[in-house]
Amino acid sequence: MIRRSTTFWRALLLAFCAAVAVWLVAPSLIVVPLSFTDRASFNFPPSGWSAQWYTNFFTDPSWLWSLEASLRVGVLVAIVATVCGTAAAVAFSRTRFFGEQGLRALLLAPMIVPVIVVAIGIYAIYLRLNLLGTTLGFVVAHSVLALPFVIVPVLASLQGFDRRLEDAAAICGARRWTTFRTVTLPLVAPGVLSGALFAFATSFDEVILSLFIQSPYLQTLPVRMYSSVTRDTDPTIAAAATVILALTTALTVLASIITIRRSRVH
Amino acid sequence: MSIDHAPRGASITMRGLTKRYDAVTAVNAIDLEARPGEFLTLLGPSGSGKTTTLNMIAGFVDVTEGELQIDGKPVADLPPYRRNIGMVFQEYALFPHMTVTRNVEYPLRQRKFAKAERREKVAAALQTVGLEDYGGRMPKALSGGQQQRVALARAIVYEPRVLLMDEPLGALDKKLRDSLQLEIKRIHGELGTTFVYVTHDQDEALVLSDRIAVFNDARIEQVGTPTELYERPESVFVARFLGESSLFCGTVTDGRTVDVGGRRIVAGRGDCAPGDAVAVVVRPERIRIAAGESEPAAVNAVPGRVIQEIYLGNSRKVEVQLSDDTTVLVRESAGSITPTEPGQHIWLTFDPDNAAILPA
Repeated sequence: MIRRSTTFWRALLLAFCAAVAVWLVAPSLIVVPLSFTDRASFNFPPSGWSAQWYTNFFTDPSWLWSLEASLRVGVLVAIVATVCGTAAAVAFSRTRFFGEQGLRALLLAPMIVPVIVVAIGIYAIYLRLNLLGTTLGFVVAHSVLALPFVIVPVLASLQGFDRRLEDAAAICGARRWTTFRTVTLPLVAPGVLSGALFAFATSFDEVILSLFIQSPYLQTLPVRMYSSVTRDTDPTIAAAATVILALTTALTVLASIITIRRSRVH
Repeated sequence: MSIDHAPRGASITMRGLTKRYDAVTAVNAIDLEARPGEFLTLLGPSGSGKTTTLNMIAGFVDVTEGELQIDGKPVADLPPYRRNIGMVFQEYALFPHMTVTRNVEYPLRQRKFAKAERREKVAAALQTVGLEDYGGRMPKALSGGQQQRVALARAIVYEPRVLLMDEPLGALDKKLRDSLQLEIKRIHGELGTTFVYVTHDQDEALVLSDRIAVFNDARIEQVGTPTELYERPESVFVARFLGESSLFCGTVTDGRTVDVGGRRIVAGRGDCAPGDAVAVVVRPERIRIAAGESEPAAVNAVPGRVIQEIYLGNSRKVEVQLSDDTTVLVRESAGSITPTEPGQHIWLTFDPDNAAILPA
């Protein structure tokens, strides 16, 4: 009797999980086939197949230009946010200093504060500093949003890190920076790596803030897609969406493989 | 042994060394000297300040007050990486992402040794600890005892003149502990390095040390050779912490005579003024049991009642209750056992030479 009811509940749980999974994946299941449609419409299912929207995406300078802008900003954000976020996480895990809790809350705030609020604030400041539509402006603004996504996983990695290893390195003659480079960093690398990927992804699909700070001279891919949707009904956007999907999926899979490999080595 | 190799080990001098954390004093103005090439053990219960002292020598913990010198040079302001000290940690602290060879090589890389020299020294260090064939393994693939050997190799490979060990055998089982103890003693003899060893295990301290510093409550109770500490403890704490002790509590009547529950006991050592509350401390193996009803003819004879007997193979322990309801231990070796049974009234006798008066 007991066994039977557990089987029942397990089946129910499984069904529920399957429903959630379908719910999450469904949009992609529409977008990917739609990007291969042969007609300039969003009718689903497509009546025939063609790769013309990909050709369009990869030959239209305005699409390519915004893809290039997104990649450039994304990579720079990944670098800036990872370096700053890792440094912050190390500081938070190591030392107790005045105002630490406040500073931590401040750095993690972008996870909670509505992006629209941040966006309006940044817009006002950038207007005055002439940073609207500049790579620097995008990198700084996106890095602020991406910081929490680096700090959280790196802090988690540092929590499982044995501080005595740093003492051991120090007594072996390693200076602090050498200790960090040769002992601490390699051991928290999975956290840092996942932080870097999240930082890239945060920047790569950021729309709200980017809409505020964009200019005709610098539009990231999501901004370009957004204006494409409002202006023209052209399935190129489906091709663009599929490219983004493929790229982010590849990155996530790569990150998981690296993490699994590393944990096997240890 | 320590004198043969004296030039190779450094001396460590602590004067008034103190560590305070806010309200807590972890180490309270200790004076201690490790002689060149000596095996010095810091022994004490947990929280007594021995590990904090070791961490101050290593440079992991800042000195609040006092002097700390290695070879006569002050080192309190030097970071750990400039003290040229070796250290073995309780939980090994091997770098998990490096092979055994890379672990042992690590301090040599920091010192910019050339590749050929590194290889030579790593091989020699691994041979010293008996792990010459394990260079390619990851630490995770080794047993606890092997990991601690690697840690030892990493600590001696650059021939530091001081080697610190923080309860290095604490995480290992009894048998492995015994064999590694002997190995550590052998390596100490071969290297002639000054060893400072922290443990709470009195047997370990007795086996390994040239001298032992007994810590209690942030202070040093006594420093001495194992024999000195065992035979002539200067406080009840030391007597109890190193080996077993039987205590007869009483009041000094005059000189070295103590009134214990109406009986006069004479002790061979101890300085106290008449009227002082004291304990007469005798090692259990120095007490004899007289089973007869009448008082035996001995300088010191105390009546008691047997509570229980514990058979230990090569010896027997007898717990005896005195008239003031305190219990004392008697240890008889297998060849000289006086038959008794629980509840029996007996007499305990001991020579004044084996009794010491200590402040209670």
